[in-house]
Amino acid sequence: MIQTEDLSKKFGDTWAVDGVSLEVRPGQILALLGQNGAGKTTTVRMLTSILAPTRGWARIAGFDVSREPEGVRASVGVLTEQHGLYLRMSGVEYLDFYGQVYGLEAGERTKRANDWLEYFGLAEAARRPIGQYSKGMRQKLALARTLLHDPPVLLLDEPTSAMDPESAQLVRRAIASLRSNQRTIIICTHNLVEAEMLADRIAIIYRGRLLTSGTVREMKRDLLGPPEYELRMDREWQALGMPLPQGMTYLGQGTDGPRFRVLDPEQANPLFLRELMKRKAGIVSMQELPRTLEQVYLAAMERVKNG
Amino acid sequence: MADRPRNQNGVVWLVAWRELRDQLRDWRIVFPMVFLTLILPFLADFGAMLALDFTTKYGTPLIAERLVPFLLMVVGYFPITVSLVIALESFVGEKERGTIEPLLASPLKDWQLYLGKLLASTITPLFTSYLGIGVYLLGLIYQGIALPDANRMAQTLILTTVQAFLMVSGALLISTQATSVRASNLMASFIVIPMAILIQGESIMLFWGNDQILWLAVLGVTILAVLLVRVGVAHFQREALLGREIDVLNLRWIGRTFWRNFRAGAANPWSWYRDAVLHTVRKLRASFWALILMGAGSIAFGYGWVLDNSQDILRALPSGELSGLFAAGMPEVSVSFAFIWGHNLRAILVILLLGLFSFGVLGVLMYLLNMGVIGAVLALFSVQGASPVLVALYGILPHGVFELAGLILSSAAIMNIGIVLVTPRPQQTLGEVLLETIADWARVGVGLVLPLLTIAAAIETWVTPELLSKLILPG
Repeated sequence: MIQTEDLSKKFGDTWAVDGVSLEVRPGQILALLGQNGAGKTTTVRMLTSILAPTRGWARIAGFDVSREPEGVRASVGVLTEQHGLYLRMSGVEYLDFYGQVYGLEAGERTKRANDWLEYFGLAEAARRPIGQYSKGMRQKLALARTLLHDPPVLLLDEPTSAMDPESAQLVRRAIASLRSNQRTIIICTHNLVEAEMLADRIAIIYRGRLLTSGTVREMKRDLLGPPEYELRMDREWQALGMPLPQGMTYLGQGTDGPRFRVLDPEQANPLFLRELMKRKAGIVSMQELPRTLEQVYLAAMERVKNG
Repeated sequence: MADRPRNQNGVVWLVAWRELRDQLRDWRIVFPMVFLTLILPFLADFGAMLALDFTTKYGTPLIAERLVPFLLMVVGYFPITVSLVIALESFVGEKERGTIEPLLASPLKDWQLYLGKLLASTITPLFTSYLGIGVYLLGLIYQGIALPDANRMAQTLILTTVQAFLMVSGALLISTQATSVRASNLMASFIVIPMAILIQGESIMLFWGNDQILWLAVLGVTILAVLLVRVGVAHFQREALLGREIDVLNLRWIGRTFWRNFRAGAANPWSWYRDAVLHTVRKLRASFWALILMGAGSIAFGYGWVLDNSQDILRALPSGELSGLFAAGMPEVSVSFAFIWGHNLRAILVILLLGLFSFGVLGVLMYLLNMGVIGAVLALFSVQGASPVLVALYGILPHGVFELAGLILSSAAIMNIGIVLVTPRPQQTLGEVLLETIADWARVGVGLVLPLLTIAAAIETWVTPELLSKLILPG
């Protein structure tokens, strides 16, 4: 579990992070979004007890980041922006070193290291110097290090940024499986498609402040308004002359048919469809217009820039 | 989640071993070190052989005899300076390569990380140093040159070891404070130059054949090295290591921080005096009393040493110089108020400077030396038949009450700098701590020491000579 309250960090005269309050439960993934320099890395560093908060507090797996840094560090797996690999070591040696740092028994760390190397397709290269690894391989090895001690909390900075689609898929699957195993996960990313795919909750940081947070659905509603639907049928909408249920607004003609904004789709859409069928309208499809997290993010940025 | 590491000390070795393995795998590190380490001893052997021939020819074999252990010391010192780069880039290099953050985010304790790095950075310089010494000694044997005696050999080896430890400790401290490897390497001159001066001093002692002072040098270097490690561990901050990306010399910040500490929130000079200065004096109480005790011991030592060696001292001085001095009487020695005041002020500033570079150690030693001289002077009077008690009462005490109080206060503030520097202060950077302690020193200096020195100088100029001439040395 990750909890923060008014978490803040000041460097000189600048608040790098200012009053961030978050809660991520076991089995949840939070995607932390924001521009470069928004304060994501500083937040993560406070959550690993590397930086001391100037104000506020944070608890990681029950440990206070200011008072119990060793407990925090033992409970967290961090994938840093720079992977932190020793290029003259082999993959096996590197994982073995960190296994010892985290106090794993010899047999256990060998087994876990081999398992993760196998999972990430690094087994063949395991005894080669890391300096000979490709960018993607290095990232996978860094991720293996992050997961090696089986931490209850994971803080992952751009976990798939340097990977090919196949490897990225592999990593996403691993992250999803960790969520199923009740791990608490924060992902810092600029990859909004991935964030939408993986995260249960989104938090957007802007200049150190938490702009907004919630589920993707909540944020879409809050920032982009109620969902919009497009209807495809065998005749003109106007020809039907049908009244709309409450909370539904006609927006005009879309690409394939009329578009509507629906305040409460759970209630309005069944009524609407029932009425259409009653009028024997040939319905081809009625689908929600896709609204991406990118639109949400840009809308949030637009809103803050416009004050 | 993993269990905690079983052996806390084992983790230190784990960190060190990883570093060592990394070093040994890089031929660009290994090759120059070994190559340079092997070249110099051959040159030294060659030099020793030439010197021996030359001095034997001119009938001064003692110089050559002393040159052999001197070159042993140089041969041991040189590889340490070369491989010091390992310690210098130890933390800041990892920061630049981006490998430090996973380490900092791991459950390693600060001291484990620091000592692991220290160990890794010490082993290579020491190994190369011993290698150089070994090659040099083999060369001596091969050329049939007599090896230094066991005592000298042990002394040089121990001195080399503690010097390596001192230099590496300093370099590691620099590595935690520097923002880049380049800056760290440039700052190495703050280690190499003082060490070169120290080596020069040791060389003089070696040629002089003064064993005692060389052993004292071993002790002094060891104390400084331990203090440096302590300071490094005490002020090791993960935050500073990662957060200090671009560190500009902010003179305004330095000035502001110093002034804030110096002023200590006082609204006017009176409240500054009443609250801030007295508060600092209270803070320095323990150091003050400790220095009084040590000073008394030093006076006794100086007194006893002169008495024990009085025959040698009298023999060493040109005939009649001492008795002439006393017969002439003190009033004849006229020195101005400004001279005395300036001299005392200079002594206090020298103590500050020495103290700043040595965590207070050399500053305190300087103070003890001053106190020892008082004891020695009293003993000289005693040897000449004057009463040391009367000389102390009339010749030292009237101005000494103020002068010594000022000296002790100032030295206590210096000692405090050392004490504070070796005490962990997680919320402050090393720079902040240093500025705070210097401000403490300045507060005591301006508030008390300067007035005390002024009074003392006035008494010493116009009162003490009168007392001495009329009461003890009527001529």
